[in-house]
Amino acid sequence: MGRDVPLARHLLRARDLIDSSYAEPLDIPALARAARVSQSHFSRCFKRAFGETPHRYLLTRRLERAQALLRNRKLTVTQVCLAVGFTSLGSFSTQFRRFVGESPSSYRERAHPAFLPVPGCFVRMMTRPRE
Amino acid sequence: MITGVGMVHVWVLDQDEAYDFYVNTLGFSPHGDVRFEHMRWLSVTAPGQPDLPIALNLPLPPLMDEETVATVRGLVAAGHMCPGGFATKDVWATYRDLKAKGVEFIGEPEQHDYGIDVGLRDPFGNHWRLTQLPAE
Repeated sequence: MGRDVPLARHLLRARDLIDSSYAEPLDIPALARAARVSQSHFSRCFKRAFGETPHRYLLTRRLERAQALLRNRKLTVTQVCLAVGFTSLGSFSTQFRRFVGESPSSYRERAHPAFLPVPGCFVRMMTRPRE
Repeated sequence: MITGVGMVHVWVLDQDEAYDFYVNTLGFSPHGDVRFEHMRWLSVTAPGQPDLPIALNLPLPPLMDEETVATVRGLVAAGHMCPGGFATKDVWATYRDLKAKGVEFIGEPEQHDYGIDVGLRDPFGNHWRLTQLPAE
């Protein structure tokens, strides 16, 4: 890899790690290691590069994945909560309601549009919930 | 009447490194390498598609001013450039092969209604998809 790699390239590795390992117990030290920057600078640099903190990116990535799992109704709300990396149903429901605007169970029961011809990566990027 | 796509442009941050990645790692073919003064026009083609050159362009003056150069380099490095997708007949085999060669993937191949695909990054942060459509 080039010696003159822009900092955002390292931070992008951390964001990619969130995108692929969102269900793991990711923490700031692990992400800072992936970005090859010191922990103290990590959150600030991440926010400068992507406009939000790594914690918030991870949170909204988990919620986006949760919405996708809830839409196909194969799993219960509790199963979805655990599958995307939350450890408590209470905090999952609170954050889901905060970002999506309704409870996970009402979201699960509602009808949703079919995304058939839309690339999954685009759906994943565009449907990440915002507060 | 437009009959198709004839060329794709990708911003890269180092053309030698780009050549090494696209040709030696991904297995693309050299297509053009024209040098004139400070200009270098470098292009490659994907296996099986020699009529669709992919130009690997440097964001540099006089194409753009230094401030814009820095902006474009930042956009590439932050992963905001998504040039498109590559086709494969076996996404899992290709994924394993390229991963063994050190290519950075974003997760593992996933099944979608239109096929199986996975994201990969070139050395600079460009986001390409690798997609296997259902067999006819």
